[in-house]
Amino acid sequence: MPEPSKLHAHLVLSSRFENIEIAERTLIDLCDRSGCNGDQRYWLVTALREAVANAIRHGNRQDPTRNVRIDYSFDDCVVTIRVEDDGEGFDPTTVPDPTDSANLLRPCGRGIFYMRQFMNQVRFGRAPGGGTAVEMVRRLQLETRSTSDEE
Amino acid sequence: MKSEIRDVSDVRIIELSGKITIGSGDVKIRELVNAALEDGRSKILLDLGGVTTIDSSGIGEMVACYTTVTKRGGQLKLMRLSSKINDILHVTQLITVFDVLDSVQEGLAAFK
Repeated sequence: MPEPSKLHAHLVLSSRFENIEIAERTLIDLCDRSGCNGDQRYWLVTALREAVANAIRHGNRQDPTRNVRIDYSFDDCVVTIRVEDDGEGFDPTTVPDPTDSANLLRPCGRGIFYMRQFMNQVRFGRAPGGGTAVEMVRRLQLETRSTSDEE
Repeated sequence: MKSEIRDVSDVRIIELSGKITIGSGDVKIRELVNAALEDGRSKILLDLGGVTTIDSSGIGEMVACYTTVTKRGGQLKLMRLSSKINDILHVTQLITVFDVLDSVQEGLAAFK
């Protein structure tokens, strides 16, 4: 069976940290079906977890009545993940550099840095409802799966 | 996240496994380190050999624990990092903050 060249998924989750596991499980399933290998999958998952955690904690302020919307798109070798929250939005340029020596011992402020390290592009904007939308893109190097991997 | 605790001489070894992530593992680390300090153990070795994932909250909590222990005159060191957690410590430049050891023997020796 040929590799699927396009895969899409959409999730709407309430703002609970345990729901990050659902977002992760969905991404892992898409990675497996697209032939995305272990290391690339690991860093994709790492970036996704940060984006969803930020949406829950900073965007929606852990209010479970507010939603986090996640769009996953695997299009040939390009993975695009968009995460939207129902918060008030924020200015990403105000986030200090966590690798600056003055900030190294700060216990927070590394989430966006994680995303930027492990994805090729990270763009922030406004969600239709006024919250934050973050779109992250990573180009994959796909492996060829053996027939024994096929179901 | 799962944890196991043992004391070797005056060093508290905290073995962690699984995910150290927001909402669960990060808080657990704080509790384990605070418990060590309350037990009078100020030399703490975090064994991350079984840790599969650590997010920015988990890293942040380790930094907070490092600060807490250091302010009390103690030492907190890390041991047995996976290659990916080692990568994360490098990109965050926290590798310049933490002492990182490869084995229990090396870890125990580092406190002497």
